[in-house]
Amino acid sequence: MSSRLVNQIGLFFAALVIVSPAILFFLWMISLSLKFEIDNGAYPPILIPERFAWSNYVKVFEENNFLLYLWNSVLVTGTATLLALLIGVPAGYGIARLKAEKSAVVIMIARMTPGLSYLIPLFLLFQWIGILGTLWPQIIIHLVVTVPIVVWVMIGYFETTPMELEEAANIDGASSWQVFRLVALPIAKPGIVVAFILSVIFSWNNFVFGVVLASRETRTLPVAVYNMLSYEQVSWGPLAAAALVVTLPVLVLTMFAQKQIVAGLTAGAVKGG
Amino acid sequence: MSTIAPERTGVTTGRTEVTTDRTEVTTKRSGATTQAIEESQSVRLAPNYWPFVVPALVVVSAVIVFPWAFTLWMSVNRWTLGQSRSFAGMENYLRLASDPRFWESLVHTLTYTSLSVAAPMFLGTVAALIFDARFPLRGLLRGVFVMPMMATPVAVALVWTMMFHPQLGVLNYLLSLVGIPAQEWIFNANTVIPSLVAVETWQWTPLVMLIVLGGLASVPREPFESAEIDGANAWQQFRYLTLPMIAPFLMIALIIRTIDALKSFDIIYAMTQGGPGTASETINIYLYNTAFSYYDIGYGSAMAVVFFIVIVALSFILLMLRQRSQWNDAEGK
Repeated sequence: MSSRLVNQIGLFFAALVIVSPAILFFLWMISLSLKFEIDNGAYPPILIPERFAWSNYVKVFEENNFLLYLWNSVLVTGTATLLALLIGVPAGYGIARLKAEKSAVVIMIARMTPGLSYLIPLFLLFQWIGILGTLWPQIIIHLVVTVPIVVWVMIGYFETTPMELEEAANIDGASSWQVFRLVALPIAKPGIVVAFILSVIFSWNNFVFGVVLASRETRTLPVAVYNMLSYEQVSWGPLAAAALVVTLPVLVLTMFAQKQIVAGLTAGAVKGG
Repeated sequence: MSTIAPERTGVTTGRTEVTTDRTEVTTKRSGATTQAIEESQSVRLAPNYWPFVVPALVVVSAVIVFPWAFTLWMSVNRWTLGQSRSFAGMENYLRLASDPRFWESLVHTLTYTSLSVAAPMFLGTVAALIFDARFPLRGLLRGVFVMPMMATPVAVALVWTMMFHPQLGVLNYLLSLVGIPAQEWIFNANTVIPSLVAVETWQWTPLVMLIVLGGLASVPREPFESAEIDGANAWQQFRYLTLPMIAPFLMIALIIRTIDALKSFDIIYAMTQGGPGTASETINIYLYNTAFSYYDIGYGSAMAVVFFIVIVALSFILLMLRQRSQWNDAEGK
């Protein structure tokens, strides 16, 4: 019994060692964001300062239009995710029921394609249509990220839901749309939650599409925080505060929905090969 | 929601086929009459699933297939934004073959990729072996471990840039504590790629860990018990039992990691933009600069096509390897 206890303590410390880069990074990120310039430039570095610089956070929102960019991010991620669910959930259902394994190859290719190769043609297209100043180009191009995720997760989910109920409804004369809406969809709710969360995270984090397509008024948060670096005299406190503001929603989501995220990622990944 | 507990995902997915097989067996056993009825019904009432897929097909062709067709067309044109376009045939591709900067970026890409596949694969497997065991605070620690891969890459890159700072960065201070001289990290051409790989490894080791953890959850306990009785030590058990059984999962992790590392953009661009000079310029970064700094979209498109071929070729080789590993696996049973 005692050797098992020693074993468990050993494992705990091994885990602590392997998790420590993550813990230290986020602690340091918080520390940077709460220090005045003097403390951030101090040597040896200070982890916990004597005075907290909450003003760094105030600065981020006051000086950089961050509320606008936050709203842009919410609009782009929200719309791209809702559209993806609207078309991706039925598609995942259809593909799972058709047993169209070949379609998985299409999604795999979508995953292999570098985002930049969508950007050049779509950039030109958006320019010709004349919607470059709006949020629509980013919403549309984010579908490249969100639709495959949703379809992917939903195929995996519908493949594991039982067919018996659907067959019974089918024999009772329900149309395939009714079967989907009234039988398959309610069972698939946990799967939809997983698809929603993953789609939100990867759309929220996306940088490359925004850096090309966004103008001053249509920046999303990742682009805005990057631009802070290039345009301002680099002062670390507000910069770290901005970085934390950008990534905080995603981290909070990760903490609360850890189980779903892990399930979705591994399911997708395991099927992914 | 509890039905999709994380550890079990691998098991469920892995066993789906088995379950289907069993259902078929039962159907067959239940007698020829029932089978005949079921068959005739399924023919008569076969629901049409295509309408469900059509909207997605339309969107996919609009945002994925169209750009590809257009990219191919642009790649055979001389076309810089703001100037007139003219047909160029294979000129852009020939230019690519004789462009030293492109070859250099290819070398950078392959170096960056092999390092940022190898390190997360090793660390991720070790982490999975640890998290497969039971110990206090396991769930919490695993949650924290997963956070880097969910964090916004640009935000992460900014903080790493501050940590890499040669004078004020915390990393050089930590090195000084153990007596290692200060490094220039991403600000030196010789150390920039390993430094970026460190960030990539920090961020993506969790994904490898999750995939391998899924594999470990599907490993049966019995062989280990008999191995124990036969006197096999821990390393032998790992080498001859665990490793072969999680091999398919390692292959999946390898393929996904390779694709993602080849495509890596956010971290490199936000931290170095390919610098210092062009020391960390991968194909993806060079492609970005060509298309969106120099607006040479004809040449950029040709680069995108070649880049895509490189990714597909490498993934295909790995997929072939995986097919073979599964084959051996099946034969073993």
